[in-house]
Amino acid sequence: MQQIPDVIREIDLNYYVWFSTALFCIGIIGVLTRRNAIIIFMSVELMLNAVNLLLVAFSSYKADPSGQIFVFFIMAVAAAEVAVGLAIIVMIYRNIQTIDVGLLNKLKW
Amino acid sequence: MLTLSLILLPIIAGLITLAIKGETAKTVALVFAFAELALGVYLYKSFVPDVTSQFSVSYDWIHSAGIKFSVGIDGISLILVILTTLMVPFIILSTFGNNYPNASKLYALILFMQAALVGVFTAKDAFLFYFFFEAALIPIYFIAAIWGGENRIKVTFKFFVYTLFGSLFMLLALVYLYLLTPGTHSSDINVIYQSAKGLEISTQSYLFGAFFIAFAIKMPLFPFHTWQPDTYQEAPTAGTMLLSGIMLKMGVYGLIRFILPIVPLGVEKWGFVAIILSVIGIIYGSVIAIQQKDMKRLIAYSSFAHVGLMSAGIFSGNLDGIQGALIQMLAHGINVVGLFFVVEIIERRTKSRELALLGGITQTTPNLTVYFIILMLGSVALPLTNGFVGEFLLLKGVYEYNAWIGAVAGLTIILGAVYMLRMVQKSMFGHTSTITEGFADLTFNEKAVLLPLSFLVIALGIAPNIFLKLTEPAVSQLLSIIK
Amino acid sequence: MSLITLIPLFPLIGFLINGIGFRHVPKSLAGIISSAAAFASFACALTLFLGFNGQPQIVHLFDWITVGTLNISMSFQLDQLSLLMLLIITGVGTLIHIYSIAYMSHDEGFGKFFAFLNLFLFFMLLLVLGSNYVVMFIGWEGVGLCSYLLIGFWNKNSNYGNAARKAFIMNRIGDLGFLLGIFLIITHFGTVEYSEVFRRVVEDGYSSGDKTLFYITILLFVGAMGKSAQIPLYTWLPDAMAGPTPVSALIHAATMVTAGIYMIIRSNVMYSLAPETLDIVAWVGLATALLAASIGLFQNDIKKVLAYSTVSQLGYMFMGLGVMAYSSSFFHVMTHAFFKALLFLGAGSVIHAMSDEQDIRSMGGLRKKLPITFITFLIATIAISGIPPFAGFFSKDEILAHVFEHNKLMWAFGVLGSIMTSFYMFRLLFLTFFGEFRGTEEQKHHLHESPIAMTAPLMILAVLSAIGGFFNFPHIFGGHASLAEFMAPLFEQSALEHVAVDESLEIKLMIVSVIAALVSAGVAYFIYVVKKNVPLAEGQESGLQKVIYNKYYIDELYNAIFVKPITVLSNFFTSVIEFLVIDLIVESIGKLVKTLSSEIRLLQSGTTGYYIFAMVLSIAVILVWGLKSFLLG
Repeated sequence: MQQIPDVIREIDLNYYVWFSTALFCIGIIGVLTRRNAIIIFMSVELMLNAVNLLLVAFSSYKADPSGQIFVFFIMAVAAAEVAVGLAIIVMIYRNIQTIDVGLLNKLKW
Repeated sequence: MLTLSLILLPIIAGLITLAIKGETAKTVALVFAFAELALGVYLYKSFVPDVTSQFSVSYDWIHSAGIKFSVGIDGISLILVILTTLMVPFIILSTFGNNYPNASKLYALILFMQAALVGVFTAKDAFLFYFFFEAALIPIYFIAAIWGGENRIKVTFKFFVYTLFGSLFMLLALVYLYLLTPGTHSSDINVIYQSAKGLEISTQSYLFGAFFIAFAIKMPLFPFHTWQPDTYQEAPTAGTMLLSGIMLKMGVYGLIRFILPIVPLGVEKWGFVAIILSVIGIIYGSVIAIQQKDMKRLIAYSSFAHVGLMSAGIFSGNLDGIQGALIQMLAHGINVVGLFFVVEIIERRTKSRELALLGGITQTTPNLTVYFIILMLGSVALPLTNGFVGEFLLLKGVYEYNAWIGAVAGLTIILGAVYMLRMVQKSMFGHTSTITEGFADLTFNEKAVLLPLSFLVIALGIAPNIFLKLTEPAVSQLLSIIK
Repeated sequence: MSLITLIPLFPLIGFLINGIGFRHVPKSLAGIISSAAAFASFACALTLFLGFNGQPQIVHLFDWITVGTLNISMSFQLDQLSLLMLLIITGVGTLIHIYSIAYMSHDEGFGKFFAFLNLFLFFMLLLVLGSNYVVMFIGWEGVGLCSYLLIGFWNKNSNYGNAARKAFIMNRIGDLGFLLGIFLIITHFGTVEYSEVFRRVVEDGYSSGDKTLFYITILLFVGAMGKSAQIPLYTWLPDAMAGPTPVSALIHAATMVTAGIYMIIRSNVMYSLAPETLDIVAWVGLATALLAASIGLFQNDIKKVLAYSTVSQLGYMFMGLGVMAYSSSFFHVMTHAFFKALLFLGAGSVIHAMSDEQDIRSMGGLRKKLPITFITFLIATIAISGIPPFAGFFSKDEILAHVFEHNKLMWAFGVLGSIMTSFYMFRLLFLTFFGEFRGTEEQKHHLHESPIAMTAPLMILAVLSAIGGFFNFPHIFGGHASLAEFMAPLFEQSALEHVAVDESLEIKLMIVSVIAALVSAGVAYFIYVVKKNVPLAEGQESGLQKVIYNKYYIDELYNAIFVKPITVLSNFFTSVIEFLVIDLIVESIGKLVKTLSSEIRLLQSGTTGYYIFAMVLSIAVILVWGLKSFLLG
């Protein structure tokens, strides 16, 4: 049975880099352009996953497991973040009947 | 240990006072202030007039940074510690006729202030000096902002920000000097003296500028003084007394303790400018005082003029100038506290400090008149009063530096007479006005303040050598560092 | 404790008793305590005088101010000069104290008055006893203070208060000069002790016309100008007449105002080596003598006439000093103390009788009602006018003779001055004591001779004014010039070349001035007694007379060039420089921060997307910056 790192190494590292960069940029653009809080959230997740992918890829190529450990941490934190974040979004929705971040500018000045 | 107790006693006293409610607070504060005075007297008695720093204690404060809590008293510190311990009881006593709300907090703040002031004057560590220098600002800010007059918030804010702004330059300079010290660094003042030796003249000039701005704002010197008249006017009289009687001496003390020995080349290069500014301040302040309508403001400007002379004397960098400044600090503290108290008494009875509304007070108050005139004479530097010794030595110092500047600075004795006599005449003499009708003479408490102060005015004028002898060794040593 | 120390101590004790116990010491006692203090000092001074052996004595009390090598000690020096001054001060002082007991008896500030008088004596004695310039300066300023307190004694009247302030401030202007002179002395000689300074002057071989000595002497003379009311600082003295009359007699005629002369005689060693200063002294003195005498011609206030006369006589004394006739000037100080004190006290007696009326236009014919006052006043008038054999004749002619040796023109002006002196004094005498009474009925009814406490000092002073000249009876009349001889040791160091005045010439000069004085007195008699002229009422004068009556508008001039500008400057500083320049700069720094912050905070728009965009952009910038070298190769 083939080891997972070996599977990963079957693809050239450059592709991982390009792919995760693309994912990350899509995430950024999503965060910047979308006004719906849920979609922004999903974009953030996308960025996190882009980073995760990169970490796994490098970890495999360098044969250093600490990168993968780090990915677990990020996933755990992301899960917690989603839980809290969604709760906040629900609360906002209950208060102002919308989750459009463009309207959430009460903290200005 | 004595030095430490001089700093700690007011803090403890302040905490105790804070815990006491009602009228007894002032009595407790007074008792502690007198206890502190007793310590001051003991200090004076056991002080040996030589060059050493006595009653020193030193504890590690921030060990890794070489910052120590190190205090001690030499002749220069001694004069100012005596001034502080001597004036605070009278300042507290002078508030006895007023009923301030939250009195216990006021007295606690006064006592905290005293602790900080003693700390400033005894600190032997530059960082500690800076700490106390800033710490002294906090109580006086609250005193002025809570118990002051109508405009207090705006005015005290300006005062606070302005003086803090100045101190930051000093902090910058201190950090620079601190980093120059060898090894793991030390902020001990003597180490700083040593390591600052041989700094280039351009560096010294920057350091001079930084220190000068800090102290010039604190004293204040022309043209950094605009916080002063407003603050003096708005602060409650006890606060004004603290500010003018003791606190402005922090700046003067700083000139002697930091600028002269640390940046002698800077003084050589820029001292002339500083003296010119000081002398402009003397004339400018005096001329403005001539037309002031509010008594407190008038004294504020007079104080501004006097401090200008002190600074000019110090920058002239000779023994007479510095000795004069030291004795004048003591004298000025006594006089200005007394004068502000007289204004306070008048304001209590008439609810006014406007010269135009007063007059004829002397007709019913022989006692007040006598004390007022004695204090006034001290302030105009009549021989055999305390003001004369200081002004004589200061003017002589400035005169030796440059005869023409000395002559211009000497105008202070003429202009001083002009505004002081005007104040006395407009308030005390002439016909009574509607508000001065039936002006009651001094109460026992008021006498208890004015009598000792007036006595000191004359005693110090007759026997200034008592203090001159105490400070001379320290000042000579300081001058030898410069040379 | 030596007698010397006791001399100033007695008045100090008197001051303390009356001052601290004011309103507690009974009125009857207050005057007696003060007078006793003055008399005790006089007795001590007299004892010292009688036992004086010609050697200066120095009593060291304590070190006052010690800084470095400079030691200013509180010490007294007793020599010929201080002894004579002591006698004059305590002697005339005692008489005036006694006089005041009666004169001030109706005043509610009785105790205060005597306290001040004693304090004045204390400072005056300190002034003449001090053995160094700084102790002299203590007295110098101290008497200025007392003068201030006594001029403004009736402090309800704000005009009096203003006069008092004016006196103090003008004196202070002089004092600044004095102080700078002291500094110069210290920097050059390193000491302020008279004996040391003069020894250094002699030993260091300062030559005549030395610049340092010129500056020192001229600065000291500025001090003398203030205290002794010389041009340009004389205007305070006429105003000082606001004080009670005994004060005018003691402080503003007999003692304090002669302090300047005392100081110059004391410093004669330095002055003799500074001929330029001496010239200035002489000309200032002469100008003052003439200016004041001319103003005196048209004054109508009895005390104002005497005040200008004092200024004028002081001018004579300075003129004498300017020609190095030190002992003659001192002689005039002494005789002037007698007759001017007498004149003031006489005027006081008149004012007392006239219920505080001082205008001579409302007097007249008083000689019958006030016989003793009249006779003593007459003696003093003759004495001051320089008519023999009374005191003023000898002293003034001595000065004029020396002036003649020095400069003929100056002498001519001097004689002109004495003509004016004689005229205004006799005018005063005639208008006050001759003719018909011109006051109100009530005043006329009230007229009375003063009590014995007032007339006794008058009589004593009258005797002294009459015979005072014989203290220094000149050689030409077969005298010994004993005063000059007594004072001679004082001038030993100053290397005076003694020009013996030609005797026949001296007699001629005397005759000229006596005739001038007599003629002038005769003119006054003709105008005011025979023709019964009375000075014009207020505002009626015209032309030159108006200018003179208004004192050449000097006060107005000073007001316009000193007081007004300073007031304007003060207002300008307060309202423009202070608020519109300095404070504006400070405030605008604060405003700047405030404005900037109100603008910059708008960046905080609250829109999340905007923040994120900013964040991304910043990260991109930082990345590019950090990878700069990598990207650019």
